[in-house]
Amino acid sequence: MRPARLFHSFAFRIAVLHAALSVGSVVVLLGFFYWATAGYIDRETDATIEAEVQGLSEQYRLRGLVGLAAVIAERSAEAGDGIYLLTDALGAPLVGNLDDWPEAAGDRVGWVGFRIAAPGGRDREATPARARVFVLPRGLRLLVGRDVGDLEATRALILGALAWGLGITVALALGGGLMMSRRIVRRLEAINDTSREIMEGDLARRIPRDGSGDDFDQLAANLNRMLTRIEELMSAVRQVSDDIAHDMRTPLTRLRNRLEEARAAAGDPAHRAEVIEQAVADVDGLLATFNALLRIARIEAGQSRGVSGPVDLSALLEDLGELYEPVAGERGLTLSVLPLPGVRVPGDRDLLFQALANLVDNAVKYASPGASIDLRLRLEEGTAMVIVADTGPGIPAALREKVFRRFFRADDSRATPGSGLGLSLVRAIAHLHGGRVTLEDNLPGLRVLFCLPMPRVQADGEPVAAVF
Amino acid sequence: MPTPTEPFMRVLLIEDDPQLVSYLRKALLESGAVVDDARDGKEGLLKASVADYDVLVIDRMLPGLEGLALLRTLRAAGNHTPALILSALGEVDDRVEGLRAGGDDYLAKPFAFAELQARLDALCRRRSGDAQPTCLRIGDLEMDLLGRRVTRGGREIPLQPREFRLLEYLLRHAGQVVTRTMLLEAVWDYHFDPQTNVIDVHISRLRAKIDKDFPSPLLHTVRGAGYVLRATG
Repeated sequence: MRPARLFHSFAFRIAVLHAALSVGSVVVLLGFFYWATAGYIDRETDATIEAEVQGLSEQYRLRGLVGLAAVIAERSAEAGDGIYLLTDALGAPLVGNLDDWPEAAGDRVGWVGFRIAAPGGRDREATPARARVFVLPRGLRLLVGRDVGDLEATRALILGALAWGLGITVALALGGGLMMSRRIVRRLEAINDTSREIMEGDLARRIPRDGSGDDFDQLAANLNRMLTRIEELMSAVRQVSDDIAHDMRTPLTRLRNRLEEARAAAGDPAHRAEVIEQAVADVDGLLATFNALLRIARIEAGQSRGVSGPVDLSALLEDLGELYEPVAGERGLTLSVLPLPGVRVPGDRDLLFQALANLVDNAVKYASPGASIDLRLRLEEGTAMVIVADTGPGIPAALREKVFRRFFRADDSRATPGSGLGLSLVRAIAHLHGGRVTLEDNLPGLRVLFCLPMPRVQADGEPVAAVF
Repeated sequence: MPTPTEPFMRVLLIEDDPQLVSYLRKALLESGAVVDDARDGKEGLLKASVADYDVLVIDRMLPGLEGLALLRTLRAAGNHTPALILSALGEVDDRVEGLRAGGDDYLAKPFAFAELQARLDALCRRRSGDAQPTCLRIGDLEMDLLGRRVTRGGREIPLQPREFRLLEYLLRHAGQVVTRTMLLEAVWDYHFDPQTNVIDVHISRLRAKIDKDFPSPLLHTVRGAGYVLRATG
């Protein structure tokens, strides 16, 4: 991966953010640590100085200036970190272990910091000191403080350690972030590479998974599932176009033959007219097939949604029975309707009629004389079920799923007119309405269950606000 | 086969497909109609607004001005010439949309000319709509709309309610070819494609009742088109 890509990638930005966050929190943590250690030293120094001042002021109060001077002299003589100096109004030292009034202290009163030459003649550089300055009556000035050289050294050690700690943290956070980002980028790259290969036409490719079940693994799994679905749809489309090519070639060839026949029959007008009549019928059949295909495609795409209102399924069933009763009777079949009054479903009236008519059409077409066809309506928790049952030849269990495929025709039904699209349309219409179609054995014959979801019903029996 | 139209039908074809226009023009002229055409929406709107036609045939997809927009404009301007919408979009919602825009009938492409002609005849007849008759008559067949009785040659013919409606529709369009789809839409009120000859069987039942015992048949089958109720001789 080129560096430029890395800097632009989301993963790199995450890494930088991650480093910034960890460094930020470490800085806060170290700050607190510094305050708690070095700050403690400062506070302790000040407290010690305060205690000395307290003692001296006690002496001053009890024994006056002479007593104070005596104590200062006594304490100055002790070897230690204490610093004392009492001067007169002109600044000349009276008593104490400092030779001169420190320049840095000037004529300030209160807390002062300054540097002192190594006390006691010891071979040391100037060391830092901290003191408190008071003005006594008659212009006398008193300085009480401590040599904080050792403490400053400790503070420097702490600061150094903290700086190193911060440096290491920054390095680790950046390194870890980069490693993390490279890892993320690598896994995204794997997905990108696979996508590219798929776009180049290899639909069978899948994104490699590491089986960890983490987010990336799940993303890969979902994308793979999506790819499988797309592949299925693609092959379905290919199947349909193959079917169309196959099923259209036969009638088109027949049409062509008829037209040739008509051309050859120039001398026989009656025959010619008849052939042309047949050719027109062929074209009508082709157009009907095309329309049916388009219709199924449009319904499957859900384009007809939006005009559907409540449909009185009971009335629709009675109309259906009334329309088909004569044709069934003509073929020696008994058609009976056992409706259930007042069943209303959301839906498209014409499409539902078309679907149920197709089912009755099939029953009428395939049942032999003497058979009976029953149209029934049943309600089952939230579902309106239309049952079209016949005592005809039925459909073998193995074919009950296949018959819904476009252009599928059982071998023994090839002799019966039809496009092989009727049941595909029925299923598309059922799906459009959120329902389903299932085929069952009617022992003997076929029973088709056309199930539609019903809106919830309120206590007064009126469907809840039409949801369509 | 030309059907008698009275006295002749003036049709405005608003359609941009020149081949379809020339075919329809020829076929309509042969059937005795007077045909004018417009090749785009704006021309169609202009012609429909200025001249008086009996019926308009409007394609939905037109250059210039879309068919339904044209129709809405016409209707808004108070022009109520019957209009038949032609469209390659034949689904139910398209039909509803077309009728809502002010169309009187809707025909999906591709269609048989017989179907178009039958529908145009029906539209023109609807327009000439005389006051609602209480009695319909052809030859010696009489339908009493108030008493819901049908007689032929003075003999009463008992009919089922649906047979009555079927015959009533045929009588109201007597002399015109009526297609199976028109019957399904008008008598059963469903727009769908039956896979079997359901309508033919209903017609043959009706025919058995009104024609069987009489010397001259009234209900004729028109091959490749539909049916016509016509007194012969």
